[in-house]
Amino acid sequence: MSRKSFRQAINEALRDEMRRDPTVFMIGEDIVGGTGAPGDQDAWGGVLGVTKGLAPEFGAERVIDTPISEMAYIGAAAGAAATGTRPVAELMFVDFMGTCFDQVLNQAAKFRYMFGGKVKTPMVIRTMYGAGLSAAAQHSQCLYPIFTHVPGIKVVIPSSPYEAKGLLTQAIRDDDPVIFFEHKFMYDDKGEVPDEPYTIPFGEANLTREGDDVTIVALGRMVKLANEAADQLAEDGIHCTVLDPRTTSPLDEEAILASVRRTGRLVVVDEASPRCNVGTDISALVAEQAFDALKGPIRLVSPPHTPVPFSPALEVHYIPSVERIRDTARSLMGGA
Amino acid sequence: MHLARDTLLTAYRSMATIRAFEEKVHEVFARGEIPGFAHLYAGEEASGVGICLHLNDADYITSTHRGHGHAIAKGCDVPAMMAELYGKRTGLCLGKGGSMHIADLDKGMMGANGIVGGGPPLACGAAFSARMLNTNGVVVAFLGDGSINEGSTMEAMNMAKVFNLPVIFAIEDNEYAQATATNWSVAGSMTKRAAGFDIPTTLVDGFDFFDVHQAAGEAIDKARKGEGPQLLHIKLYRYYGHFEGDATTYRGKGEMDKVKETKDCMVRFRADLTAKHDIAEADLEKIDAEIAALIEQSVQDARQAESPREADLHTDVYVSY
Repeated sequence: MSRKSFRQAINEALRDEMRRDPTVFMIGEDIVGGTGAPGDQDAWGGVLGVTKGLAPEFGAERVIDTPISEMAYIGAAAGAAATGTRPVAELMFVDFMGTCFDQVLNQAAKFRYMFGGKVKTPMVIRTMYGAGLSAAAQHSQCLYPIFTHVPGIKVVIPSSPYEAKGLLTQAIRDDDPVIFFEHKFMYDDKGEVPDEPYTIPFGEANLTREGDDVTIVALGRMVKLANEAADQLAEDGIHCTVLDPRTTSPLDEEAILASVRRTGRLVVVDEASPRCNVGTDISALVAEQAFDALKGPIRLVSPPHTPVPFSPALEVHYIPSVERIRDTARSLMGGA
Repeated sequence: MHLARDTLLTAYRSMATIRAFEEKVHEVFARGEIPGFAHLYAGEEASGVGICLHLNDADYITSTHRGHGHAIAKGCDVPAMMAELYGKRTGLCLGKGGSMHIADLDKGMMGANGIVGGGPPLACGAAFSARMLNTNGVVVAFLGDGSINEGSTMEAMNMAKVFNLPVIFAIEDNEYAQATATNWSVAGSMTKRAAGFDIPTTLVDGFDFFDVHQAAGEAIDKARKGEGPQLLHIKLYRYYGHFEGDATTYRGKGEMDKVKETKDCMVRFRADLTAKHDIAEADLEKIDAEIAALIEQSVQDARQAESPREADLHTDVYVSY
């Protein structure tokens, strides 16, 4: 166990699984960097350096830089997965899904069911999401609700370095297509991460703290913010449960319902655009199955329904803040 | 290329099975027995069979809407295919796929595909697998002429060439992309597009089994030897509509009758077999009779077969809410 960054945790999971299983390979754009060029090889190791060092260890046959052709290489990952290998594709920004969604939506997600259960599709798409770096409207979206909507894809949103390593290892060993969301603001976050490989099962929420007053369900980067809000509330004597679903598909419905039955109050913090996001889905679940337990309205903390703005002056208001989470939870207790 | 008698008879059986299968599907579809959509391969048999004869179970194909012929040519079980079209539990995909998604990975058939241009990226992936697993396998991406205008096909061609993948792009040009003329909708030419990627191309007479077989053999050998992707532009014609129920009023007057009378690949192959390859008419008639019985039995069995159970709705997906 040692302190590692979110970036290092992901790199370690990739390295360990490629060492363990020779059929695991990586494919994406500039995950090596310098391919075909006269200068440095492994020049980038991914646009933010997450895959650095893997190409020198595993070679160009297993760490494959492609042309800028998302449809071709995401589809190739699906085809490879159906024919005996375990690709880990990197979609640099999830926003680029617009250029290749068919291969996920209509191919990879459908094979197992549509072919009568005779095909496994063990592919992972690692992708970067989220606002906070002034990356603007085409490089800052969350979009995980879109994938959560599609049966046949598992959707994973790690909230810390420890979570990232265990969930990515699980994703690579899983026999279904998995999309793994990495928040671009979190790569330098540090935390305790075991050196040896381990897995975290999908569909089991993580109770990051327990309290009897308010349940806060938060996703990805928002888990950390929700805990900071809960720290402040605790000083005022308001004790929160902060629940990290880890995966939105499958979703740990039981853990959410059990917590709401205990506290009677629910805040959902979702960085995705507010209409039809995971927050609305969880709200509907609770309204349908634990309505009697509620002591007040369900509250959502999400961005406004706008594209992600560029200017830091605007983006700061776009992203759910610790203060908004704190004040929303407090309002359920009758406070201001 | 000299072909052994057994090979020729195998080819004939496969082509005749496809023709009989499709004619039967046309008939029972019109009677309302088959749900959903069906896109028939009748008229194009020489292409699928002439190509797939060169492939083994370790080689993969991707297919199109018009996939029944490719599935049969690749060795998929015919009664199970018919049951699949009927949406029955005994179907090749347990009734969950249907005509547009017939697949059998054990036979190297990666699925008919309901998305135009859906297959080429998948074919590249199967080729990456073949390389990584050292199978010496090749992958044939069957495409319709419509898919040559899909970006996915262009991306896959470029990627196949960049990585020197053993992928054969087999474009079955039946002159119509749905109801739109191919010679209108394709700017430039298919072969020139492939040539732009330095992918070797061959123009193939899809009405002539021997021409397809020869050209496919050369392309597949090159790909298998490591010479990278190849493209076959196969000129042929479909006898039924884009889908069953399409009245094909977009065709010229008398156009199809003329093709059937003068070019039909089955008539031509049959004539070649008896005239040049010392195969007796009686041998072919015997095969025809066996196929007729197989297709009839397939339909009878499919009609009688159990439908999927309600509980099957929730299987083969990782989570069901």
